Amino acid sequence: MSTALEEEVAARTAHLVPEWTGTVLDAGPGDVVCERGYILHWVESTENANPLYWDEAIARELTDGWIAPPSMLSVWMRPLMFKPDGGEQIRPLEMHFRLKDAFELPEGIVTGNEIVFREPVRPGDVISTQQTVAEIGDVRSNRLGTGRPWTIDVTYTNQRGDVVAVESYRMFCYVRAAK
Amino acid sequence: MTPSLTIEKVSAGDALPVFELPVSARTVVMGASSSRDWQPQHHDHAWATTRAGTKDIFLNTPNQAGWIERYLTDWTGPHGRLGRMQFRMRRPVYPGETLVFNAVVTSADVDDLGCAWVGVDIKMTVGSDVATEASARIAVPLDTDDNPWRRSGDDWRP
Repeated sequence: MSTALEEEVAARTAHLVPEWTGTVLDAGPGDVVCERGYILHWVESTENANPLYWDEAIARELTDGWIAPPSMLSVWMRPLMFKPDGGEQIRPLEMHFRLKDAFELPEGIVTGNEIVFREPVRPGDVISTQQTVAEIGDVRSNRLGTGRPWTIDVTYTNQRGDVVAVESYRMFCYVRAAK
Repeated sequence: MTPSLTIEKVSAGDALPVFELPVSARTVVMGASSSRDWQPQHHDHAWATTRAGTKDIFLNTPNQAGWIERYLTDWTGPHGRLGRMQFRMRRPVYPGETLVFNAVVTSADVDDLGCAWVGVDIKMTVGSDVATEASARIAVPLDTDDNPWRRSGDDWRP
């Protein structure tokens, strides 16, 4: 049986589901170029001793030089938090935030993630993303609140046009349950 | 460099070594920083508790992906090449908790291009709670002369 809040959220967002499903955002190239400093911070934070990221001779032998850990992928799409000219402020995973704004579901969490890794990302690469709303689910409630799940697919491409990965984010966005 | 793990050494049902990660506030914040994720629930305790409604700041998604990759390549060695990874977070992981990684091999096979693949199911627990469940497909050398990183384009089908 639906709660009053579930009915309210469903009523005010039902028309948005077909409008937004399948929407594509070409977010363009990321602000951050792949480089060793970021890679070292990543392997520092995950205490990752894989010699591919620490020993240049091994990196040359196995991967033709330095690469970034595949799981670092989303780093290359995240915008700088400051630019001297102000610049156009695009948010990380911008499509997700546009959905939150449109559906007026102010809170959100990532519930699942799938990544298919293609070509390695290397220092000097600039990664562009295309973000697609793959699916918007029915209204539901959990301990956090009431809202909708959705899935956003992100295709990552390097400056040569090679697909480096395809990632799906499963989100749940919600209004908080009243205490 | 000789591979430390080749496909003939792997069988479905094999268990990976258990890995325990004591999570601190530094783990969470450094993970957010290294992934350039400045969503406040990963560094701002007051925001996480009063606005997001969680118990504390918690590990972010990309950092969990990073820890899963590190767990897998600790086992495969540097020749291991991650092809596919999916995970579902069942509950947040907070400072002060110990995240325990367990994994079991679900498949070990060779595709029609001669690339050797290992399927792995991973369970990350905090006490008796399953925090994150993951599965991965990672390429390992077919033999000591093979290197999955040499594959590109149509020769790489993750």
